Amino acid sequence: MEAWERAADVLGIQADVVIVKQPNQLEGLTAISIPGGESTVIGSLAENSKLLEKLKEGVLNGLPALGTCAGMILLSKKSRDSVVGEKKQPLLGVLDVDVERNHFGRQPDSFERDLSIPVLGEKPYRGVFIRAPIIKQVGQGVEVLAKIEEGIVAVRQANIVATSFHPELSDDPRLHVYFLKQVANV
Amino acid sequence: MVSIIGYPFSERVPEWRNGVGVQGTVLVKRGFAHMLKHGVVMDVTNVEQAQIAEDAGAVAVMVLDKLPYDVRKAGGVARTASLRIIEDVMDHITIPVMAKCRIGHTYEAEVLQAIGVDMIDESEVLTPADDQRHIWKWSFKTPFVNGARSLGEALRRIEEGAAMIRTKGEPGTGNVAEAVKHFRLIKKELADVRALYLEGDYQELMLRAREMQVSLELVVETARLNRLPVVNFAAGGIATPADAAEMMKLGADGIFVGSGIFKSRDPFERARAIVEATSFYDEPEVVAEVQKSVDETKSMEGLDENTMVFKMQERGPN
Repeated sequence: MEAWERAADVLGIQADVVIVKQPNQLEGLTAISIPGGESTVIGSLAENSKLLEKLKEGVLNGLPALGTCAGMILLSKKSRDSVVGEKKQPLLGVLDVDVERNHFGRQPDSFERDLSIPVLGEKPYRGVFIRAPIIKQVGQGVEVLAKIEEGIVAVRQANIVATSFHPELSDDPRLHVYFLKQVANV
Repeated sequence: MVSIIGYPFSERVPEWRNGVGVQGTVLVKRGFAHMLKHGVVMDVTNVEQAQIAEDAGAVAVMVLDKLPYDVRKAGGVARTASLRIIEDVMDHITIPVMAKCRIGHTYEAEVLQAIGVDMIDESEVLTPADDQRHIWKWSFKTPFVNGARSLGEALRRIEEGAAMIRTKGEPGTGNVAEAVKHFRLIKKELADVRALYLEGDYQELMLRAREMQVSLELVVETARLNRLPVVNFAAGGIATPADAAEMMKLGADGIFVGSGIFKSRDPFERARAIVEATSFYDEPEVVAEVQKSVDETKSMEGLDENTMVFKMQERGPN
């Protein structure tokens, strides 16, 4: 939430940041963010409250969505775990990518590093990767925003932006600003 | 997010480089705990229970040899769980796996780190190994969670490197009262230092820091943030969905459930209900609905103070 407020400050706009837990709270949103967490947990809670269904409808109808880490997994069409393999888990299936969960290993292997993200300018962006997933394959119409040796870590597909890392944990507002300005047209 | 970057401790952290990346930074450790927020961590003793926990929506599991309730019953010395069982759990579920080590037992933590657990709980549920010191947690790449009963205790653990705090409560009792007490005390002490900070009374803040035996910088940073600089969960005695919602309402960032689930006779329904109650704690209708799915006659048997042989919360150095 702080990350959004900071981005709104940079853009000089007034933003109401709200937490969405129930389907009716989706009404009237300018954009939605699905942050980090455990994708299995977010997915199953959202499925239960019918939020998942409504959210899918919204994103398909053009609601700008930013998914980070677990959020990226939820948006994806296909996901598998690096150790356990295929796992039945509710997904939105709106982003045409194949994702591998926990690609970099367990928490001791989590890391931060500088990334080159051309749409954010030349200055490197500090990416925080926590038990992070990676994108194995992208479909047509998916623009790659950032890539590292291991694979793709940030993409855009029309109204959707997704990252393996956690922009909400770093103090650099550029990714949120990019999303609000270029994707949500704020 | 500036609040978790870890000022003023960055210099205590060794640099673990891995190619272009850096591992085990304060941000990476505290960020991990951050991702568990509004979730439920469940104690499990084997793969079957871990799978039930994952299916119910647990945000992580904690692997123990015995549930706290059984630790009390068994007596003797409680140690870290069998590594084979922990590894077995890690191979079968996709959510993070935590494990407990004894207070001050640095090498038990080393072996847990070596097999790759996601977080280590330096826990009073096990028999403390050192009556003087806790583990110096900065030297570990794996993040730690520690218990606390007061602001001072929480800050001392953070100063030793804990990336997450939980209230101690009284584990294995099915009685939420001690967790409530500890949480309220931490809140009250936080409000006190916050008021001093807003008044600009640094001299009094310094006296508080001395009383609590922590650095002034950490007290000031905490007062500035108006919260602990790490995620703060509630633990100890949580047995029902309403217990979990109550702790969330008090301001907990999330919940640990120990014996409450697998010592009940409706573990799956209860696990799921506690997850929902934690997430929707601000909607009493939802909590009521999920509380209906558990049966009070199947709740774990409570343990009152008079029949308790020892208090786990009092174990280990202060």
